[in-house]
Amino acid sequence: MLDLTPKEQSERSALRINPIKTCQPVGAMYAALGVHACMPHSHGSQGCCSFHRMFLSRHFKDPAIASSSSFTEGASVFGGGANLKTAIKNIFDIYNPDIIAVHTTCLSETIGDDLVGYINDAKIPEGKIVVHTNTPSYVGSHITGYYNMITGFIKYLAEATGEKNNKLALLPGFVNPGDMREMKRLMTIMGVEYIMLPDTSGVMDAPMTGSYNMYPKGGTTISDIKDLGNCELTLALGELTSEFPADFLEKKCKVPYQTLPLPIGVENTDAFIMALNHFSKNEVPYEIDEERGQLMDILLDSHQYTYNKSVAIYGDPDTVLGLAQITMEMGMIPKYLVTGTPGKIFEEKAKMLFDKFGLEGCVAKAAADLFELHQWIKNDSVDLLIGGTHGKYVARAEDIPLVRVGFPIIDRYVHSYMPIVGYKGAIRLAELILNALMDRQDRDCEDEDMEMVM
Amino acid sequence: MKNEHAILPERSQSIRFSECSGDGSGIKCESESVSGAVSQRACVFCGARVVLNPITDAFHIVHGPIGCASYTWDIRGSLSSGEDGYRNSYSTDLREKDVIFGGEKKLAAAIDEVMAIHSPKVIFIYATCIVGIIGDDIEAICRNAEEKYGIRVIPVKSPGFSGTKKTGYKMACNAIMNLITPVELPEKTVGVNILGDFNLAGEMWIIKNYLRKIGVTVVANITGDAKVDDLRKAPTAQLNLVQCAGSMTYLAKQMEEVFDIPFIKVSFFGVLDTSESLLRIAYAVGDTETIQKAKAFIEEEKNRVIPLLNKYKKNLEGKKAAIYVGGGFKAISLIRQFSEFGMKTVMVGTQTGSKEDYEMIQHLVDEDAIILDDANPAELESFMKKMGADILVGGVKERPLAYKLGIAFCDHNHERKRPLAGYEGTLNFASEINLSMNSPVWETISQGGMKYV
Repeated sequence: MLDLTPKEQSERSALRINPIKTCQPVGAMYAALGVHACMPHSHGSQGCCSFHRMFLSRHFKDPAIASSSSFTEGASVFGGGANLKTAIKNIFDIYNPDIIAVHTTCLSETIGDDLVGYINDAKIPEGKIVVHTNTPSYVGSHITGYYNMITGFIKYLAEATGEKNNKLALLPGFVNPGDMREMKRLMTIMGVEYIMLPDTSGVMDAPMTGSYNMYPKGGTTISDIKDLGNCELTLALGELTSEFPADFLEKKCKVPYQTLPLPIGVENTDAFIMALNHFSKNEVPYEIDEERGQLMDILLDSHQYTYNKSVAIYGDPDTVLGLAQITMEMGMIPKYLVTGTPGKIFEEKAKMLFDKFGLEGCVAKAAADLFELHQWIKNDSVDLLIGGTHGKYVARAEDIPLVRVGFPIIDRYVHSYMPIVGYKGAIRLAELILNALMDRQDRDCEDEDMEMVM
Repeated sequence: MKNEHAILPERSQSIRFSECSGDGSGIKCESESVSGAVSQRACVFCGARVVLNPITDAFHIVHGPIGCASYTWDIRGSLSSGEDGYRNSYSTDLREKDVIFGGEKKLAAAIDEVMAIHSPKVIFIYATCIVGIIGDDIEAICRNAEEKYGIRVIPVKSPGFSGTKKTGYKMACNAIMNLITPVELPEKTVGVNILGDFNLAGEMWIIKNYLRKIGVTVVANITGDAKVDDLRKAPTAQLNLVQCAGSMTYLAKQMEEVFDIPFIKVSFFGVLDTSESLLRIAYAVGDTETIQKAKAFIEEEKNRVIPLLNKYKKNLEGKKAAIYVGGGFKAISLIRQFSEFGMKTVMVGTQTGSKEDYEMIQHLVDEDAIILDDANPAELESFMKKMGADILVGGVKERPLAYKLGIAFCDHNHERKRPLAGYEGTLNFASEINLSMNSPVWETISQGGMKYV
């Protein structure tokens, strides 16, 4: 049942089966939702917008607002200029956002729509803003779209006034609102003043209040985005996600940047805290030492249950690399690391991680799909799967426990509220991984091996 | 009209409410969405994909960039009694160089690669937005593949921009006609086809079971739990039963023309509709015995189900329902069901309802009920609040909206977890809306006044 994957591998160069990625626009939409009072706008067919909103709603279990240019046959022949012009007018008239963030689609890209020209010609009410980015769906993945949209905001809005604001610009990477909250908490504890772009906390994890707020309280403000140009330093978390906009901000406003892996696991969180420490020159407060110490305690207490367990991790590139780091810190073997997002740099970074931990026989692949991962597992299985919902059929077919981490998770609740970053996030991951492995042991062991105390 | 209900001026003709245009003069529908609207609608590709997806032993290759395949990967809840091929996602994942140099070679190679792994009887090739623009001749590629492998490889012309979701239904219907049209018209058999049930949560099985009980043979299910070989027998049926009229009337008309199969519209939502439909089917195909059997079966089921429904009724009576669904036909069924439960429908909207649907809806609801075509979340919020709706019936995008407003919700779309068709489906539906409206969670969250005490 539900296992159509043969063990024997055949050559594939054209066919994608069971993808671990989606297209740029949904990433752009997510980034734009992390700006306060922003209407993400999809310049293409109506389906794109509808699919993306559905996709995000399924993951966050929250409304995802966005408008569409609603392309017709005519627009695809004569260009979407008129559609965009009408859209901008209608959006400001009725939904009244402070800013519209337009992203393109494969259609508007292929017909060659000139977004800069269209936006220049559009009637934009006083005090309102329209920005755009190009997100051709046939390049990169949703991760590309995410950083392209962030770059779009910087391109249009960030400015260096010549007066530094003593703040840190934080690019959080493609993470959940729960992670963004944790990053903000850590920066606050470290006494770091920051501007984070985007910030979907308070938007995609907005509280239930009894009324629907199209623009919830959260999101990076426009004035903060402008002020990014006056930051001292950019910390770009998730090198494969955040370096591009960080580099752009440096070029535009001369804000230097430092890239770090997503702060997943001990070493990566240490690096993040150290970077904050360098920036603020403040001592690391006891509160953080304590959290780190608790994590150490947990890893030590439980290490016999994770040691030498093999794991396959799939998902977005920086998330997978971070998860690989923490699993190795727990003594596990990340046998297969795969991402759907193309880019050899993922494989290089993974190789460096394997080398650092002295692991042999582990494989990393970019531009891969779940069908291929499933074939690898059929030929040489693993003890654990970590990734989003779409791996659940592999988990079922091969009877391997699955820890749901990453994007998208469309079959569980709460995950987007909880961090995987920081020491707290590492503690959570340790719990998730240990529970999965130990529940399995309890389920599978012989009666005589069933232990009360573990 | 003021903007207190968050309505774009262009949208006012698509909404009927008492202060506005409640003169019954009709509602603007079946048109393109307004640019800039936060529409809940999807596209041509989506329409085609949802209709064909439930064909369980077909392979579905989405020709385009990855998104269209990603978003439609096994999300519809159409159950299968055997094959699982349709639950995997196949795409050509077009890249920049394919867009520049054309995607034909990649598509041909993708078909070869599917054939290297599996032995499908039919492959559907969906053309998405950019395929036409970059000039891929997918029909030629399909023809070549058919010659090469001796199977059917059927193009589905579904660029997202080429109309509405309804256009996509038509494209899917064309693909089905393409698949089932034989060289020579076959001998007729005794039996019916079921059109427009997608076997969400196993609903096709419920309907087939009813028909079996009253002695009506089902030739082909189109497309819930469909298998290619069964579909090919569809032209031999004596009658078509059309359930999801929005998507399948077009196919029924074509089948009538080409295969001389008449059709009747049926609905299996609610006790009334189910009973009426069964009886009409019996009269349409059956001899006296079938009619007798149908009557007896309906009687038996009613006797079983109505007392159970009455138990829910005391919880449901007087409550106000809001409906926002894809097609008009389903909206009509829902309004009738709610009135069976003693509930009042205060707002009803659809994504793709037709003029006839809306006329019917106007007859079924009170004068002051809100009717709207292709609504956006702001409109839904505004009218649900104004009308004091207790529950919204809708799909995936409406669920979080309803919950944010503190309104109960029931998914009557592809995220339904229990079958909602037939007599047992009606019971499930009553149980679901009762559960959502009367869940203890409302107690917990309504204690707002107790906060921080």
